[in-house]
Amino acid sequence: MSEAPQFESFEALAVPLFDQLYNFAHWLAQNRAEAEDLVQETYAKALRGFSSFQPGTNFRAWMYRILRNTFLTSRTGLQAAKTVGLDDDGDASAVVSDGGTPETILIERSNQKMVQEALSDLPVKFREILLLCEVEEMSYQEIAETLSIPIGTVMSRLSRARAALRDLLRQKIKNN
Amino acid sequence: MACEQWSAKLDTYLDGELSADETRSFDAHVRSCAGCAADALACVQLRNLVRTAGRSFTPSPDFRMRVLSPKRKRKPLFAWALASVAGVILIAVSLSFVGQQRARRAQIFGELADLHIAALASTNPVDVVSSDRHTVKPWFEGRIPFSFNLPELQNTDFSLVGGRISYLEQIPGAQLIYRLRKHQISVFIFPDRDVPTSLFGGARERTGFSQETWSEHGLRYFIVGDTGADDITRLSNLLKRAQKQ
Repeated sequence: MSEAPQFESFEALAVPLFDQLYNFAHWLAQNRAEAEDLVQETYAKALRGFSSFQPGTNFRAWMYRILRNTFLTSRTGLQAAKTVGLDDDGDASAVVSDGGTPETILIERSNQKMVQEALSDLPVKFREILLLCEVEEMSYQEIAETLSIPIGTVMSRLSRARAALRDLLRQKIKNN
Repeated sequence: MACEQWSAKLDTYLDGELSADETRSFDAHVRSCAGCAADALACVQLRNLVRTAGRSFTPSPDFRMRVLSPKRKRKPLFAWALASVAGVILIAVSLSFVGQQRARRAQIFGELADLHIAALASTNPVDVVSSDRHTVKPWFEGRIPFSFNLPELQNTDFSLVGGRISYLEQIPGAQLIYRLRKHQISVFIFPDRDVPTSLFGGARERTGFSQETWSEHGLRYFIVGDTGADDITRLSNLLKRAQKQ
């Protein structure tokens, strides 16, 4: 394949993902400059490695995986990994602990700003899986590909992430 | 199945990841159980909040430009296309420019031919009637804002009939009429800056008239006559030589 058509097809696939990749990068890095570096590096890496991308497989998951791996090896990413072990996924059933505030009240008193803060406060591994699921609306399979984890882990981690988000929201509502 | 068992699957259900059978059962249960329906609704609302809150950041236009249209990367994709588009436009523009130049040149030659014919058809073809160049040249002084030399015609078969003021596109210039055998030839002289000089070159025949033009010392000379091109060239050489005196 000559270089030009290859770049063309890369561009056709990668350009539509730009905004959402940036949003994801900003949530991971938590600041604009670093998010821009992440996205730029992701696009450069993806373009370089595009020949290794298998046509027919999930391009979006491939791009997010590159972005995430880039983040994990960045300074901020390494720090985040230090604070929370990324692989200590427990049994999902163990964390279904929705005691306290009933769901309906939780929702009534939550607002967007509060949810934003709660997302920022979440450990990276919960934040990223919630974003992939709720914001990017990825399937479990896509999330599994992106995060390079089994589908079972996707389910348990998602469950823990949702529980953690609810806990954070409850705290915020209590403190308000 | 008890509600606790359903609620354990609520997220998976809302994620659309239950099997088709389970999804159908869940749908039926939610329709019949107010408590589970309320939980599901609350869950959906929270998800919507997360979805909205999660879409907080948009790339700046600058950054988008930097990543998506770097010149270097664009090259294989767009540079050639751009270059060829630019090329086509350039060619089109130059062709139309050349076309315009041609049209304008034809127009000027046409006007000069008209002036020549009009002068010859007039009852007074010339305002200063003299075969003496030393009479004709001073007559133009004060009438046109430039000066020129007239050739010595002794030992040639040309003779000077006279001169008149002529106007080309409202610009005053000199028109000299020469006679060669039975033919009359007009020589027009205009200030160069007022006539598009790059348009002209060489002798040519058009509409039955031979025409020649050149530029010298800031003056544009045109010769129009119904003689052969050779005669026109001889006259032009005489005039050119005269300017060097």
